[in-house]
Amino acid sequence: MLRLRNLTCGYGRTPVVHDVSLDIGADEVVAVMGHNGAGKTTLLRAVVGLIPVMSGTIELARPDGTYETINRRPANRRVKAGMAYVPQGQQCFAHLTAGENLRLVADGRRHGKTLIDTQLDRFPALRGLLNRQAGLLSGGQRQQLAIARALITEPRLLILDEPTEGIQPNVVAEIESTIVDLARDGGLSVLLVEQHLGFALQAAARFSVLRSGRVASTGATGDGAVERVREAMAI
Amino acid sequence: MDLLVGQVFTGLSTGSILLLAALGLSLTFGQMGVINMAHGEFIMAGCYTAYVTQQLVGDAGASLLIALPVGFLVGGAMGLILEAVLIRHLYHRPLDTLLVTFGVGLVLQQVARDVFGAPAVNVTVPEALRGGVDLLGTTVPKTRLFILALAVVAVTAVTLVLRFTPAGRRIRAVVGNRDLAETAGISSRAVDAGTFFIGSGLAGVAGVALTLIGSTSPTTGQSYLVDAFLVVVAGGMGRIKGAVVAAVALGTFQAVFETYSTASLAKVGVFIVIVVFLQLRPQGLFTLRTRSLA
Ligand SMILES: Nc1ncnc2c1ncn2[C@@H]1O[C@H](COP(=O)(O)OP(=O)(O)O)[C@@H](O)[C@H]1O
Ligand SMILES: [Mg+2]
Repeated sequence: MLRLRNLTCGYGRTPVVHDVSLDIGADEVVAVMGHNGAGKTTLLRAVVGLIPVMSGTIELARPDGTYETINRRPANRRVKAGMAYVPQGQQCFAHLTAGENLRLVADGRRHGKTLIDTQLDRFPALRGLLNRQAGLLSGGQRQQLAIARALITEPRLLILDEPTEGIQPNVVAEIESTIVDLARDGGLSVLLVEQHLGFALQAAARFSVLRSGRVASTGATGDGAVERVREAMAI
Repeated sequence: MDLLVGQVFTGLSTGSILLLAALGLSLTFGQMGVINMAHGEFIMAGCYTAYVTQQLVGDAGASLLIALPVGFLVGGAMGLILEAVLIRHLYHRPLDTLLVTFGVGLVLQQVARDVFGAPAVNVTVPEALRGGVDLLGTTVPKTRLFILALAVVAVTAVTLVLRFTPAGRRIRAVVGNRDLAETAGISSRAVDAGTFFIGSGLAGVAGVALTLIGSTSPTTGQSYLVDAFLVVVAGGMGRIKGAVVAAVALGTFQAVFETYSTASLAKVGVFIVIVVFLQLRPQGLFTLRTRSLA
């Protein structure tokens, strides 16, 4: 679904992420881990098109399975190509209502209302909040809204940046089970950035650990993965 | 009593003129943060649109009705071109934008001078809008009432579009969080262009309306520009509600001040009041986070 080849990216002229290669197959969940400041968010921002690629390539699978390089494609057109992004920090359009946050992405799609309804069934708590300003919702509610907003675009690749960071514990379990369900239902690949080791290794088939912007370790989750990740993260 | 009613009405009327001139700017400057010094020339283009339409159509009433939408398209098209050719490349560079659009404004004034000549031209007021209406003991010119009504319609239309249409949602989303909007599949470039089209189109509409109460010359728009910026800043960037309150307040203040002094002294008074007000409340009457000038 997604292939990164020797990707280097950063801010201004300063590279932050160096020479990262990563593969995510169809229907596969891949976890990217690393300490704060390791470059996880920066990597995702390049993948979704918010910062430019300095060198290397980002390749995205077309529906027929062949790959195309999308290095220079604007962010909004990557969404049309099947990418959806849930950024770190439960970001919403704070001045729009929760309902408007969803309609915004459903506008212009066929069966937009059905798409919204499907996500409201997934997150029933949002139903009663549709007329509330999104900026006034709790962190957990905003994260659910952000995931619903991403899923309305009917992605083939879902990119999540620390989806449970800073969220009240009762909602964390709910969001984690949503991610596991999505992966199990198929038709969706997931790139999951996560510091919470237990959940990442449970949800993902493979992992990569970033340290100072470089891949320090990569492999399949399963026996011994916890130790390998711990070792790679240790400074 | 009569004097008071008269002044309140003059204030509302002056306010509605200010508001029409400023409404488009509250989108392009207030929402998008673009300092477009050529906004006044888009108003001027609307004035000449009314003039040309009347030359072609003849009947003053019909030509006014035709000129209003045509003025919107003329202003909008000019804005669209300016955005695509220059402003697009200058986002986040307010000073460059200011200088470049100031230059464009001067060029447009010269073009108007070459095409229409330097002396002012006049548009005939339709029969139906001549004379006045007696209102609470004072006579109110019908042209002023028309402009007041047009301002109410324009503000209502903009508010409804922003609040209830897909395009309005996209504009609010891009203003609120450009990166998030892009990653939600919204082309912020298309939204910028669309917002600029509407904002500049409204300047054109204002221009058409202004021909009812004054003559048109190449520098007509310039005289409204500063007032329009003041209304947007005083109202709070990007807040239509704020622009309405600020325009009416400034209009009333100016009207009252004028009765006791002169028009130019009133202008100075308005300036002083706004400077003092912005010292006390730099964010304006109402606040909304906007980009680039945040
Ligand atoms: N907008 C920015 N401009 C410049 N440097 C940044 C910016 N955002 C993050 N960085 C730097 O890039 C590095 C990686 O940050 P980030 O990708 O956010 O890490 P992570 O998501 O793994 O915690 C950090 O050193 C951080 O200071
Ligand atoms: Mg991060």
